[in-house]
Amino acid sequence: MTSEAAAPALVELTAVNKHYGSLHVLQDINLQVKRGEVVVVIGPSGSGKSTLCRAINRLETIDDGEIRIDGKKLPAEGKELARLRADVGMVFQSFNLFAHKTILENVTLGPIKVKGLSKAEADRQAMELLERVGVGHQAQKLPAQLSGGQQQRVAIARALAMKPKVMLFDEPTSALDPEMINEVLDVMVGLAKDGMTMIVVTHEMGFARKAADRVVFMSDGQIIEDSQPEEFFTHPKSERAKDFLSKILTH
Amino acid sequence: MDTLTENLELFTTGFKNTGILFIVSAFFALILGTVVAAMRVSPVPAMRGAGTLYVNTVRNMPLTVILAFFALGYPKLGLVPVNFITAAIIGLSLYTATYVAEAIRSGINTVPVGQAEAARAIGLPFMQSLTLVILPQAFRSVIPPLFNVFIALLKNTTVAAGFSVLEAGAIRANLSERGFPALTGLLWVALIFVILVIGVLSPLQRYFENKWRVAR
Repeated sequence: MTSEAAAPALVELTAVNKHYGSLHVLQDINLQVKRGEVVVVIGPSGSGKSTLCRAINRLETIDDGEIRIDGKKLPAEGKELARLRADVGMVFQSFNLFAHKTILENVTLGPIKVKGLSKAEADRQAMELLERVGVGHQAQKLPAQLSGGQQQRVAIARALAMKPKVMLFDEPTSALDPEMINEVLDVMVGLAKDGMTMIVVTHEMGFARKAADRVVFMSDGQIIEDSQPEEFFTHPKSERAKDFLSKILTH
Repeated sequence: MDTLTENLELFTTGFKNTGILFIVSAFFALILGTVVAAMRVSPVPAMRGAGTLYVNTVRNMPLTVILAFFALGYPKLGLVPVNFITAAIIGLSLYTATYVAEAIRSGINTVPVGQAEAARAIGLPFMQSLTLVILPQAFRSVIPPLFNVFIALLKNTTVAAGFSVLEAGAIRANLSERGFPALTGLLWVALIFVILVIGVLSPLQRYFENKWRVAR
């Protein structure tokens, strides 16, 4: 991480709060992610990290506070919001590939309908992306015919096809069989190396160590720590982080 | 058999009009019903409210009352005059659309919420998420209840007989005037309806179910 304090943040959350009934799931969240930065969000389940990730492209609404992407405030419903979402790629835990469309169509739908690309051009770009994530030969199949790891790589290609400014990953490997986790992580590490701005909610500490610029530790709806990976894993400051790490790193 | 053969023109005209009522009403009910279903899942509260109000009022009115309004009440409003068959089509379409809307809405609810989230996440606006991602997946689970609705519509067309439309439901009355046994006529009408449902609608349903079957 270079120390350009003056560079404006690409994603900026200021005093964000959200409640689910009586549960205060996001408590006064302040977070800045610079262009090209890879931020890994970790924490125990129920800590609000997925909600945080989903709030950034407004799949979850927030009660108060402000979220800015590339300087622009997140709009409410409507065309404006749709346009902004096109700039924010999202990869889900359960892949969510369009079940009735082929792999190729999954990747070209956004570019054709949202960006107005011709089908030929969209197909060409999609095939490039599918080759890059290693599923080019599966282009004509339906999502259900692919393994989980392949589906998730297609989902990454689908998000990349929109040429997003930032990519959000909401526990991208949590629904995968162990032998498929690495094929997805490899693609993500590649993206990080290419300079993509990424916010990754994950339990994969290996990925955090290898690719993250910063680790954000959340617990009970709050950001408890925000530090560099090595520092976080070797010298966690808070008791809660120490407790969390002792539970997951002993195995 | 005489009742059928000697009044063949009565039966053909009757069932031709039944066919017209059915096909045209089914067409408009499908379109209107899909629009209303879309309104009921829309993010705009006013749209949701309007859709719900329409379904709950029209669905709870007896079809006879709705047809009576269009055949007898509507002409007195002094608006564009419509003939009885058009009035029947309007009434049947508006009535059936409420059932279509609810069938489609139930289908929309079977599509995992992640599909809509993924559609929104790549920047598709609400209408495109619905038409490109949600509805194509909803329609396939909606075929059986939708055909229920259409079979009911086919039989509901006979109510129009009460409002001067010469369709299958009116055959009995005409037979009586001509001195043929009404009961025999009714049995023929019933048989032809059964043949229409089993011979036409059911194969159509099977066709769509097979066509839209998805690899799971």
